[in-house]
Amino acid sequence: MPDLSVNFAGIKSPNPFWLASAPPTNSGYQIMKAFDKGWGGAVWKTLGVPVVNVSSRYGSVNYRDTRMMGFNNIELITDRPLADNLREIEEVKKYFPNNAVIASLMVETREQWHQIVKDVENAGADGIELNFGCPHGMCERGMGSAVGQDPKILELIVSWVMEVAKIPVIVKLTPNISHIEDPALAAKAGGGNAVSLINTIQSIVGLDIDTFNAYPNVDGNSTNGGYCGPAVKPIALNMVKNVAKIPNFNLPISGIGGVENWRDAVEFVLLGAGTVQVCTAVMHYGFGIIREIVSGFEQYMVDKGFNTVDEMIGRALPNVKTWENLNLKYKIVADIDEAKCIGCQLCYIACEDGAHQAIGLADDLANRKPHIIEENCVGCNLCSLVCPVENCITMVRKDSGKEHLTWKERTVNDDIPVTFNDQRGGGVGHYIPEPKEAIAYRLK
Amino acid sequence: MSEYNIPTTEQEFEANFAQIKPLMNKTEAYYESSRCLFCYDAPCVQACPTHIDIPLFIRQINTDNIVGAARTIYDSNYFGNACGKVCPTEVLCEGACVYNHQDVKPIEIGRLQNYATSQAIADDIKFYTPAKANGKKAAIIGSGPAGIACACELRKAGVHVDIYEAKSNPTGLTVNGIAPYKITNQEVLQELAYLQTQFGFNIIYNSPIMSKDDVDKLEKNYDAIFIGVGNGATSSLGIPGEDKANVHGAVEIIEHLRRDSYKVAFGKKVIVLGGGNTAMDAASESARMGCPDVTLAYRRSKEEMGAYHFEYALAKDVGVKGLFNAAPLEIIGNEKVTAVKFIRTKTENGKVVNIPGSEFVLECDMVIMATGQKGHDYLFDNIANLDVNGTKVKANNYQTSNPKYFVGGDCLNGGAEVVNAAYDGKHAGKAILSFLDIR
Ligand SMILES: Cc1cc2nc3c(=O)[nH]c(=O)nc-3n(C[C@H](O)[C@H](O)[C@H](O)COP(=O)(O)OP(=O)(O)OC[C@H]3O[C@@H](n4cnc5c(N)ncnc54)[C@H](O)[C@@H]3O)c2cc1C
Ligand SMILES: Cc1cc2nc3c(=O)[nH]c(=O)nc-3n(C[C@H](O)[C@H](O)[C@H](O)COP(=O)(O)O)c2cc1C
Ligand code: SF4
Repeated sequence: MPDLSVNFAGIKSPNPFWLASAPPTNSGYQIMKAFDKGWGGAVWKTLGVPVVNVSSRYGSVNYRDTRMMGFNNIELITDRPLADNLREIEEVKKYFPNNAVIASLMVETREQWHQIVKDVENAGADGIELNFGCPHGMCERGMGSAVGQDPKILELIVSWVMEVAKIPVIVKLTPNISHIEDPALAAKAGGGNAVSLINTIQSIVGLDIDTFNAYPNVDGNSTNGGYCGPAVKPIALNMVKNVAKIPNFNLPISGIGGVENWRDAVEFVLLGAGTVQVCTAVMHYGFGIIREIVSGFEQYMVDKGFNTVDEMIGRALPNVKTWENLNLKYKIVADIDEAKCIGCQLCYIACEDGAHQAIGLADDLANRKPHIIEENCVGCNLCSLVCPVENCITMVRKDSGKEHLTWKERTVNDDIPVTFNDQRGGGVGHYIPEPKEAIAYRLK
Repeated sequence: MSEYNIPTTEQEFEANFAQIKPLMNKTEAYYESSRCLFCYDAPCVQACPTHIDIPLFIRQINTDNIVGAARTIYDSNYFGNACGKVCPTEVLCEGACVYNHQDVKPIEIGRLQNYATSQAIADDIKFYTPAKANGKKAAIIGSGPAGIACACELRKAGVHVDIYEAKSNPTGLTVNGIAPYKITNQEVLQELAYLQTQFGFNIIYNSPIMSKDDVDKLEKNYDAIFIGVGNGATSSLGIPGEDKANVHGAVEIIEHLRRDSYKVAFGKKVIVLGGGNTAMDAASESARMGCPDVTLAYRRSKEEMGAYHFEYALAKDVGVKGLFNAAPLEIIGNEKVTAVKFIRTKTENGKVVNIPGSEFVLECDMVIMATGQKGHDYLFDNIANLDVNGTKVKANNYQTSNPKYFVGGDCLNGGAEVVNAAYDGKHAGKAILSFLDIR
């Protein structure tokens, strides 16, 4: 069996699966239950300045029959007394000395930071996470994402923390920023030991169109919340990748955002995460999902011959490049397996109206199976993405596989199209029907 | 008019007995697994006699961890593949699905289970290797699901296992009794082979354990013995004419059918006697063998039938006629059956009483008696101090009154399902291990 245990910036954990700082880590009761079910670590619900919460707090995006595809909240940091949390941290560590307990913190002044860092260290926390991410409420008070969006302030506060911290410090980044690299580098410059990302994304999940109010509703009003859950995973993956790709960055990364199953976890690790954190999926299904994550992650390691998580970290990074480094000679076209086709014609209309008019229908209307017009196909994938049948539309490679030429190389060779009518342009010579053909049936 | 023609080839037989729970394809499995709510403390798990972690394996299918899904299933149930097809899921896992409370179709758990395990079997994914031999030996009487499950559990712990099987084929009623539209012989035998290569138990065929001598030998050569003989032959009704030609016991004719498929001749007018699931199966199978006129005759009312309603629905669907409150008095005919004489009945204070003067005769050319099965007294009588109650061997946590003997499956519970036998076998195996002081 492969070894799932990790050492993340000096924090040891029996596996790389942690609970993110959020309601599932609100209390020692919950965290002990989670460890008992198999979670490796937990980032305690953010401790800090006193707050008051509203009711209601959450909103959701349901995609067709899938509930909570996206999730948002307008909750603040913990509203439980600090003393209670510290006592419970101590108790959790007593029962689960081998699991990772990380205290998430958010306060204002240098003195407050020094004090709370010492408090959680004394309680026995294995690490600290600085919450510079919360994009609602706290930022209005100059904390959370207000810090995360300003690399200079972020760096300063990290340096305050590092003045006293004896345990590893993780800086949690907000995605509400154009260049995630900036706060990541500021975290490093301030002396932080690791970064985690992403926190939630500013959002409005929807409106009650009868009352003209957004969700979640607080007595007829609402506010922008923080978006998370499966919907944010692509954004989180990209940001993790961006941070992991910073030259000589070298700080461990904890990946967060939309992790629900083992595949999601594997993806974060392959793009550079050393641990992954989960919030929404646990809020949806409870701590029990860990058994699916561990089983699948382990099976994947066996199948791929990985012995340790370390061997997996960042394995996909070399393949994710800037656009200018992609091979322009690579050429694929769609292929429809007629035997599998069920005749929905979604591929046809997707390509016809939404792409490149490269799929045709039979003259005989009784035959509902579309066919690819190969010379028009640009190999965009769209038809294969909309096709509801597994492996019915596949993309077949047509180039020899021997040629390799990138935009960058063409630039160096002075071989790029320079005018709109340049014959070296991509779309030149591509078949496009005459505009009038669109309404040919009317003109007849 | 009959719904089916008499099958004359294997292909026609297969068409008449088309699988009612066919193998899912990948798309279907993906959609169906996507619907699972992943309930907490899921009612389906509680309803499954082997308590498979159903939400987990469904989620594993959904995330394309088919190997993990199959392991989740096999860790609880060694007959995971067969059970996915033959379990009466309507009254077990799927009957418990919370979607039923919402009038939404429950998740097709059985077929998903079969999907994952079929893939593991096809890819020959091995999950278990027996522990090093520990010198202990166990004998198992009967290679039905109870016996095989017990063998797997014992082999896993390194016990040497020999299974003595009366017949020439393994898996008991799974291959000899269950309706062919639920599972094919090939599927059953593939799962058996899959288990046998992983666990390495011996099956010694054509070796019924019957006499005192047989029993003595087992006791001498083995440290523990598991009785998994199931139920016996169809029991007699005790009415005149049962010995006429073309009067069959249900279990016997079904076994004949499973072995010889289309080559078995059914009548043109069949009467099936009984109101249990075996009767429903026999009636359905008669119709699918091309018999145009099948009557299911039961002593009591329709509501009092022991059969699951969906089994009766399945029989009605293929044209079987129900005849209720009719008790057989005599089977008529010279050498061969030509009719059955019935009397009308009514139920009074829970008892069936005949209505005097209401006799009538129903013509037929074949009778199938699905009126219960005998036990295995010839064997049980030869085992010292074995407490038996009718066809059932008594036990406490699978251990019989003779401490060296353990029991499970139909001969413990009186006749249930494959899934119960699989559970019993596994847990009897655990009881034997603790009896032998292994782990
Ligand atoms: C007609 C019919 C239809 C059924 N349909 C279903 C269904 O759809 N789904 C379902 O889940 N269950 C069904 N069942 C029930 C299911 O088949 C049984 O519950 C299950 O097979 C019991 O397993 P077992 O191991 O206890 O016994 P069996 O399967 O009966 O196996 C006992 C084995 O022991 C052998 N044996 C008997 N005596 C001796 C001896 N003296 N020495 C050596 N070997 C011996 C037998 O040859 C047999 O191989 C059906 C049963 C019948 C009769
Ligand atoms: C209700 C709720 C409360 C949260 N509270 C905090 C918090 O106190 N501190 C923090 O750092 N992140 C908080 N988060 C953000 C999560 O830790 C996490 O970064 C985010 O939800 C993305 O992960 P997910 O997609 O798995 O939910 C909260 C998220 C939710 C949904
Ligand atoms: S989830 Fe719990 S706390 Fe929230 S509204 Fe429902 S009952 Fe109340």
